[in-house]
Amino acid sequence: MAPKVPPQPSLEQSSTATAAGHGLAHAAPPKGILRWLLTTNHKEIGSLYLIFSLIMFFIGGIFALVVRAELYQPGMQLIQPEFFNQMTTMHGLIMVFAAVMPAFTGLANWMIPLQIGAPDMALPRLNNFSFWLLPVAFILLLSTLFMPGGGPNFGWTFYAPLSTTYAPPSTTIFILSLHIAGISSILGAINIIATILNMRAPGMRMMDMPLFVWTWLITSFLLIAVMPVLAGVITMMLMDINFGTSFFDAAGGGDPVLFQHLFWFFGHPEVYIMILPAFGIVSAIIPTFARKPLFGYASMVYATASIAILSFLVWAHHMFVVGLPLAATLFFMYTTMLIAVPTGVKVFNWITTLFRGSISFEPPMLFALAFVVLFTIGGFSGLMLAIAPADFQYHDTYFVVAHFHYVLVPGAVFAIMAGVYYWLPKWTGHYPHERLAQWHFWLSVIGVNLTFFPMHFSGLAGMPRRIPDYALQFADFNLVSSLGAFLFGFSQLLFVAVVILCVRGGRKAPAQAWDYAEDLEWTVPSPAPLHTFETPPTYQRPAH
Amino acid sequence: MSRIEMGNDDQRSAIRRTVWRSVAALVGMFAFAFALVPLYDVFCEVTGINGKVETSAQALVNEEIDDSRYVTVQFITRNGSGLPWRMDVETRQIRVHPGQSAEVNFTFNNQSDGVSWGRAVPSVSPSSATRHLRKVSCFCFDEQRLEAGERLELPLVFQLARDLPEEVNSVTLVYTLYPVETRKAQLQAGAKVLEGDEV
Ligand code: HEM
Ligand SMILES: [Cu+2]
Repeated sequence: MAPKVPPQPSLEQSSTATAAGHGLAHAAPPKGILRWLLTTNHKEIGSLYLIFSLIMFFIGGIFALVVRAELYQPGMQLIQPEFFNQMTTMHGLIMVFAAVMPAFTGLANWMIPLQIGAPDMALPRLNNFSFWLLPVAFILLLSTLFMPGGGPNFGWTFYAPLSTTYAPPSTTIFILSLHIAGISSILGAINIIATILNMRAPGMRMMDMPLFVWTWLITSFLLIAVMPVLAGVITMMLMDINFGTSFFDAAGGGDPVLFQHLFWFFGHPEVYIMILPAFGIVSAIIPTFARKPLFGYASMVYATASIAILSFLVWAHHMFVVGLPLAATLFFMYTTMLIAVPTGVKVFNWITTLFRGSISFEPPMLFALAFVVLFTIGGFSGLMLAIAPADFQYHDTYFVVAHFHYVLVPGAVFAIMAGVYYWLPKWTGHYPHERLAQWHFWLSVIGVNLTFFPMHFSGLAGMPRRIPDYALQFADFNLVSSLGAFLFGFSQLLFVAVVILCVRGGRKAPAQAWDYAEDLEWTVPSPAPLHTFETPPTYQRPAH
Repeated sequence: MSRIEMGNDDQRSAIRRTVWRSVAALVGMFAFAFALVPLYDVFCEVTGINGKVETSAQALVNEEIDDSRYVTVQFITRNGSGLPWRMDVETRQIRVHPGQSAEVNFTFNNQSDGVSWGRAVPSVSPSSATRHLRKVSCFCFDEQRLEAGERLELPLVFQLARDLPEEVNSVTLVYTLYPVETRKAQLQAGAKVLEGDEV
């Protein structure tokens, strides 16, 4: 599968030709660090989000490697169980709230205004504020590791009373940092909704919007609906810990199961917050490199909306073993399985788009194709977990760990990387280094499968999650998982190398960097000048 | 100067409208999270799931004893953390007919050398039996106060109603002891106070 050379532009769209609008109207931006602290430009803020997310991806990754190093062999060899618990917890929290979510927000900042023909986000100063809340939140969170009693050690799901009665003293700081991160994503969501609803280019109807814009619009609604619930839960925890209430304490008439209901009412939509924008990215990349329009655009929009609505009705599939009544068990089992239908529609549409396409395998396409295959594997294990009687067996084993890592790593993370490779020419004006990117891709795919596929087996055989030691019979699977994890982790350094090389130089990209790409971002020069679409473009509906 | 300030007035007021609507939705969802706390209790009470039984005494219903079947009732006592008490039950399990009333004695023993307050919180399983378990008298309706080393015996009088679902042939009642830290907590919970030495 020799990669084709990306097409050369047919028009005179060299990257230097049009830095238009970048002149008199704008006062010179402040220099140095102040420029980044004060910027209200959606492209600069988008880059800040992406860089932040990449740094956090590595910090969270190091935590994961500490965990995998300890699990390399049975027995306790490297770290104490208490520290092991802090590592699993911090890994989950950092990856969810500091790596995946900010990466998607960064892509949204960069691309939504470009894709709808808007000059910037609707609320640029708020945008700056939402970004800068994030470093504050996560420096606070990371600092808890150095506090007396250590950092959070109760899992990323922080079930009460483990996270209240039995929690380390630093839990108050953990709650504070989660509040700050939550406010940041809420503000980001408001900004995105306001931008999409009010700032589209004249002539662009809702049903003309690129799917990345659509999926982000729906994701923002999910964020607005569930981040306040998360804020509510952690506020209740704070009150239980510090003010003697007993929301989750049976001694005072509260109920720990209530915590789980509230948490998962947030938590399940949250997992879709981490995957819907990925659907949008893949829906842009696959048609571009299959050189065919996306099959079933409208059904993609409706499927995304149905997934979002259904995601409010399935939360207790995380709680089958708390002793739900039979009727509730059945209800949540069937609604969960129902979600697989719109998800299946999406996978069907991607495959149909590929069918008889003239496919080429540039780096973004490689990641997008791997996404389709591996995300679907994660969907299948999800269906297995949705079968309540089977889940009694699988719950809290490595099978669950395998499931959600398949949907999140070769799912969400691969989609983010696909998006980065796809849009790097637009951001930097250069194509990413093809060879290195291919190495990055293949090592990542092999690493991810080596890490997570054996977890299906160790889980089915009964290995519990979040335990620093295990019985001898799981040794082989764990050895493979650990080797895979280190392979995956280190190959991400290649990704950093590709990005840095691409910023510094490389083959020049024209405005239309990929020949079949259709959306508005490909009409502005590469690299995109700081200010674009100062006068709104007139939207031309594609002919097909 | 940010771009938005150069946008036209229509667009600016449309954006403002969107923002206020989103903020309203946010506030609403935050309030909803807190509203779920009482709603959850109401829901559990109405449906009887969660094994939360009535927290006040119920009258004995006079109904014919259904001697066509026996139900095993098991008792489990557990100590929550932080209360130096021991709780025991005179018998681990009894067999009753639906409709029949039964009495079982529980003992509480403060093993520390200080006075303390505690409360036993009940839970019933399977949850489909919850609503059919009628407690006529139970120590769990009240808080207990025990002097250092004091021992206290308290009865549970209950009845399984005849409409107990067909498939239930064993019911487990779990009592977990929790400390009650101050007088304030009792007032807050609105519970009656039952002093050990008054009984
Ligand atoms: C066909 C679609 C899916 C189905 C049927 C499904 C089903 C389930 C079920 C039943 C569980 C609970 C297992 C247990 O704890 O015993 C679960 C866990 C989980 N799922 Fe999925 N899932 C699906 C897609 C996804 C997606 C798209 C994501 C995220 C991108 C996701 C992320 C997670 C996570 C993070 C957990 C574990 C949470 C934890 O306990 O730490 N799932 N899934
Ligand atoms: Cu879920």
